[in-house]
Amino acid sequence: MNLQLTEDGRLRHLLTLDGLPRAILTQILDTAESFMDVGEREVKKVPLLRGKSIFNLFFEPSTRTRTTFEIAAKRLSADVVNLNIATSSQTKGEAILDTVDNLAAMHADMFIVRHSQSGAAHFIARHVAPHISVINAGDGRHAHPTQGLLDMFTIRRYKGAFHNLTVAIVGDVLHSRVARSQIHALTTLGVPEVRVIGPKTLLPTGVEQMGVKVFHDMEAGLRGCDVVIMLRLQNERMKGARLPSAQEYFKFFGLTPEKLALAKPDAIVMHPGPMNRGVEISSEVADGPQSVILPQVTYGIAVRMAVMAMLAGGSTV
Amino acid sequence: MHASLPDANTLIARLAEAIAPTLAPDTLIVGIHTGGVWVAERLHVLLGCKLPLGTLDISFYRDDFSRIGLHPQVKPSNLPFDLEGRDILLVDDVLHTGRTVRAAMNELFDYGRPASIRLAVLVDRGGHELPIRPDFTGLDLDVPAHQNVNLSRLDDGHLTLTLA
Repeated sequence: MNLQLTEDGRLRHLLTLDGLPRAILTQILDTAESFMDVGEREVKKVPLLRGKSIFNLFFEPSTRTRTTFEIAAKRLSADVVNLNIATSSQTKGEAILDTVDNLAAMHADMFIVRHSQSGAAHFIARHVAPHISVINAGDGRHAHPTQGLLDMFTIRRYKGAFHNLTVAIVGDVLHSRVARSQIHALTTLGVPEVRVIGPKTLLPTGVEQMGVKVFHDMEAGLRGCDVVIMLRLQNERMKGARLPSAQEYFKFFGLTPEKLALAKPDAIVMHPGPMNRGVEISSEVADGPQSVILPQVTYGIAVRMAVMAMLAGGSTV
Repeated sequence: MHASLPDANTLIARLAEAIAPTLAPDTLIVGIHTGGVWVAERLHVLLGCKLPLGTLDISFYRDDFSRIGLHPQVKPSNLPFDLEGRDILLVDDVLHTGRTVRAAMNELFDYGRPASIRLAVLVDRGGHELPIRPDFTGLDLDVPAHQNVNLSRLDDGHLTLTLA
């Protein structure tokens, strides 16, 4: 497996949460906790990554993820360059590794990669020189590890621990790299019951083998949950005849105050964004007292700072 | 080999006596994690300081980060006051190279611009590498580079200095 870890067990790249030991996940969450107060200071910066160059390589559009990576890098005093490659050399037919080699020749220290192809970040990680780290910011349907980590950070902040929780992930699990990363992290951190809820056409076959319970009835699935994670329903899925219509989907799998009332009274509601209001979640819930969707975004900065700092530092003694 | 050093609690009491006459009532006391916080807690009580105690973890400001990486147990810095224009008494257990104090001062300035910073250390062991000298010292030693002076705390809160 371990492209991601050094021989002495330190984080080398962050590509997937699959197979990362609990100790590393916990270390990332603890480190993120200590970065939380940096955003409250008069000078919202610490000098850890001064002089390092970080390249945001986005082969697929993103606003929130790219922005929070950029802010995280800047709060660590790194220099950040954003490349939206969909609109640059890729359209001229330059191969990915040529792009990477060119940026490495500009003395890059870290690449943050988003790509519509699963495995793109692994591909780059295998190619780069030993001093360069790669963070996967979402690859195809495969993984989105920093989103998974910020979700775990959010859960730990609101619920304190993982060992006594029931967590439901609702919606389009089939196409969701976020859901895969969440499931790996939740099971590694010892959540005893992880549920996935969705129509048969949007759940991957054999998803039970990831250690989750499957529900096709949302009411039954939500009962007794501590955490409800809604997934974005991608509109393009509607075209492929997997679903009848957005209205129909909302009726069965949209989160409304009535359905949320079936979960525990202190259950929190999460969403990785961007939301489709009225499709997978109603505005009353998204903006309601149980929603922690905006805190998730804030925590994403601290979590990304933690990952970058752990990757850029030398060996820990 | 462990050599015995003077009692830490006696040294802290002596340090407090030296500081007391010069301490303005609105001075903020800030301890550096971990040993400096223990000393600062004692001074805070002995000096009868009414303002909350500040703590600093300088891990994010260390100059050896790219060599040794992030300390695995970073504690959040906690400065429950506005530093702008205030007098600060910065407290550490052992002054050695001065790099920790430099990092602490850099961090303090990221929270605001203090009017003044003075430094109190339990032990100045020598071996300075920067032009940083304490304003108040509990004990002056001249310790060879290969030896370490450590402050440790027992479960009952008792502080002990050792030379190893």
